[in-house]
Amino acid sequence: MTNADFQILLPETILAAFALAALMFGVYTGKDKTAPLLTWATSALFVLLALMIGFNGEGTNAAFGGMFMDDGFSRFAKVVILVSAAAVLLMSESYMAARNLLRFEYPLLIALAAVGMMVMVSAGDLIVLYMGLELQSLALYVVASLRRDSVKSTEAGLKYFVLGALSSGLLLYGASLTYGFAGTTLFSGIIEAATADHTPLGLLFGLVFITAGLAFKVSAAPFHMWTPDVYEGSPTPVTAFFATAPKMAAMGLFARVVHDAFGNITADWGQIVAFLSVASMFLGAIAAIGQRNIKRLMAYSSIAHMGFALMGLASGTEFGVQAMLVYMAIYVTMNVGTFAFIMSMQRDGQVVTDISALNQYSKHEPLKALAVLVLMFSLAGVPPLVGFFGKFFVLKAAVEADMAWLAVAGVIASVIGAFYYLRIVFYMYFGTETEALDKTMAPAQWLFLMGSAAIMVLGVVNLFGIEGPAVAAAAALVH
Amino acid sequence: MSFADFTFYIFAITVIIGGLFTVVSRNPVHSVLWLILSFLSSAGLFVLLGAEFVAMLLVIVYVGAVAVLFLFVVMMLDVDFAELKGEMSKYMPLALLIGVVLLMQLGLVFGNWHISDGAEAARAAIVPGDVHNTAALGRLLYDDYILLFQLAGLILLVAMIGAIVLTLRHRTDIKRQNIVAQMMRDPAKAMEVVDVKSGQGL
Repeated sequence: MTNADFQILLPETILAAFALAALMFGVYTGKDKTAPLLTWATSALFVLLALMIGFNGEGTNAAFGGMFMDDGFSRFAKVVILVSAAAVLLMSESYMAARNLLRFEYPLLIALAAVGMMVMVSAGDLIVLYMGLELQSLALYVVASLRRDSVKSTEAGLKYFVLGALSSGLLLYGASLTYGFAGTTLFSGIIEAATADHTPLGLLFGLVFITAGLAFKVSAAPFHMWTPDVYEGSPTPVTAFFATAPKMAAMGLFARVVHDAFGNITADWGQIVAFLSVASMFLGAIAAIGQRNIKRLMAYSSIAHMGFALMGLASGTEFGVQAMLVYMAIYVTMNVGTFAFIMSMQRDGQVVTDISALNQYSKHEPLKALAVLVLMFSLAGVPPLVGFFGKFFVLKAAVEADMAWLAVAGVIASVIGAFYYLRIVFYMYFGTETEALDKTMAPAQWLFLMGSAAIMVLGVVNLFGIEGPAVAAAAALVH
Repeated sequence: MSFADFTFYIFAITVIIGGLFTVVSRNPVHSVLWLILSFLSSAGLFVLLGAEFVAMLLVIVYVGAVAVLFLFVVMMLDVDFAELKGEMSKYMPLALLIGVVLLMQLGLVFGNWHISDGAEAARAAIVPGDVHNTAALGRLLYDDYILLFQLAGLILLVAMIGAIVLTLRHRTDIKRQNIVAQMMRDPAKAMEVVDVKSGQGL
């Protein structure tokens, strides 16, 4: 039994074993001198595992008595997580090295966080869910305060840790209520206890608390308060990581819990998720207007984007899940490109995060400015760029599920939000003259910035074929 | 009243008294000692339940390690507990009010207790039939929940790496012990025998 189970768990096992071996290697050889090597090795392994999961995986396999599910949905999420984590690691190397932050534990903590994320999206049991979530979160708390001599970075780590512990508490409270009223922690058992005609009140309470805990992890309003401070305080590569892979993992986990465990009471959680969605979209759109720091701005932008992704989930349909997955894949790609650019923003080697530093950027760097323009338009959801299709899918899912009001709210919020994306473009092309930013940019960052912008333009043909796997993934999740 | 009932009441009353005095004693060291008493008595309750492994855990881990650690911390910290207690008495009425409200809420919950149909059966299935409860716990931890056990291990590893990453500093301006160099020393290199003539010095 155990042998077959670990066969299904092979990618996670390989990654965990790699992390342990690399840790030993780092400690007993050159310590921080091995960091570049380990960074490259970790990214290479991420890509290899993504290929292995993407091409090898087949069907739905349950391991450990249903505690761990390997299906189309988890594979889609894992590929997005691994590829984006590899991208962020590669482009962060030069930034971290220049600021003396490249410690050999950094890639390993990211690898262990990736193990946690992979477990999260495959969870078939409340305890596995919690274990995966904590493994991921704990590694992220540490990397948030990696720049330990800076007050802001330490504050970011501490704030994230304290509020994260609070949200874990909420989640555990919900999980224990669910366990108490359903009699089992397995999702396959909970779904039988939570039926449409008879759901114990305690289960509903459990559902509400679990949803609140998960909403915190995806930084959906009104559980978003940690996001801007943590994004601002963490080193930029870490912020880039926060904005990509963990978001996909938390959203995947969210979808898995509501469909696998509470799939029979769609109407009950649908309204909660719809509320989270509307609140996040409007808060993200309006609160970002006053921000001058580009990292804070991206934090509010991510809150708004999570609102849109939750809209797909709120519809409670198979198409909704598909729309959410496509949206998240596009969101992650856009953010990788945008953060590759933010990491390169510096003047005389000093990091600059104020958006007014971008004034007249197009005169000095026409090509990069054009790429950022494409990404900003795509983030705002301007047709015909790929970002528009992501929004289009979730709006369509909401309309098809008779939630036209939600779609209308989404459109209004995206129009408001377009303002601050376009303001960056305005600064770059029509702003007043200021001191120029440095022209240097690491090759990896340049590659990811250009690649991401190119995908936003070229992807309009067929979205690079991610629709097919997304359809299969949604079909695997929603029965 | 059978002997088992009698022991149950003895242990139960001791747990409650121990808990009460943990909270009300003036001296924090006494509090910890009372806490140890209530840990030991609850271990007795577990033995009565037939869960001797948990009872031993309670004695070894809680009394043997956690409580002793508490004792050290309490003795080392220079906290004026009497003053803290004085502050506390100001908030007593509010605390009592909250306590009463909580009690009433608990009463309401017990009044409306509904458990879904499968819950009782699912819970009962965990009780081992013929095996010793230590063996049953082992089977649960290392067979059924091996995945969770290993994940918990990874989480602890991350916590350890995190603690080291965030606190360890390699100072270069201090002297370190070099064990190889120490062992390779021999008297010929380390000492010099000097013949000092009287009245001259070196």
